[in-house]
Amino acid sequence: MIDLDQTDRALLKALVNDAGVSTAALGKRLGLSQPATWRRIRRLEQAGVITGYRAVFDLEKLGFGVSVFLGVKLARKGRVSLEDFERAVTAIPEVQSVQHVLGLFDYRLRIVARDLADFERVLRRRIMTLPGVGDVEANVLLSEERLPGPIG
Amino acid sequence: MNSFMQVDDLDRRLLRLTQSDPTASVPALAKDARMSVAVARRKLDRLEAAGVLKGRQAVIDWAALGYAVEVSLRITIDKAQPQGFDQFLAAARDIPEVIEIQTFLGRVDLRLSVLARDMAHYQELYRDRILTLPHIADIEALMHVASVKSDEGLPI
Repeated sequence: MIDLDQTDRALLKALVNDAGVSTAALGKRLGLSQPATWRRIRRLEQAGVITGYRAVFDLEKLGFGVSVFLGVKLARKGRVSLEDFERAVTAIPEVQSVQHVLGLFDYRLRIVARDLADFERVLRRRIMTLPGVGDVEANVLLSEERLPGPIG
Repeated sequence: MNSFMQVDDLDRRLLRLTQSDPTASVPALAKDARMSVAVARRKLDRLEAAGVLKGRQAVIDWAALGYAVEVSLRITIDKAQPQGFDQFLAAARDIPEVIEIQTFLGRVDLRLSVLARDMAHYQELYRDRILTLPHIADIEALMHVASVKSDEGLPI
């Protein structure tokens, strides 16, 4: 496992907050040269701490007014049904993320839709027709905060 | 700039390309979108100024930093307390291992994503930090096993 010093932590925090800034500007803020900043970022990427980058959009401005989390329980279990379900669910464009979980449900899905009527269409035509799908519980997202986490 | 802007088909094409490669340069995006660099730059600037494209973020793999356990805690708040929600949220924000707080309309009121180094650390956090949060009426845990899809891509 990689050891991070104070500068790495500050760098990581800055990149989670905004990865659009240049390495020169980032380095200046942290008291590093541009090449030193670049080397540290490369190291974090190579160690697998930074797995990639994500563009962040304003969902509402793009017409996605509703985000819903679905807890899904499979009606039948077994390796084949898990694989069938996973293959089918990941192909649905409105499904943003799929997590395999343990507990009350088997999967947690994050779904975007234009509005509630659009969500109903996705739920009925795409989700309820998935292979092996059982009980489904929906919770409509009202607000969301992402926190920096234990970076220090 | 006006907060509501018209997003046309060329804008969508640029946003789709940005989504699939968030660190692509403007000239590379322009080439893939089959438009001039000047047009692509102007469009991207406009999308950013209007807040449609909010920015780019690094994605962290917490397991690589030693946090092997991730748990979703689904929480129901005691509604008899008028300030219950706000007090709970303020206290939850103070726990460094909490990386996400979401509120819902549905069967549960909110959800916390909590990281831990291992199960012993999780048990310690759960007892000392989570169960001591104010106004919890009910709590349910979902343990994260694997991310099957996590790009959070939009059908733009």
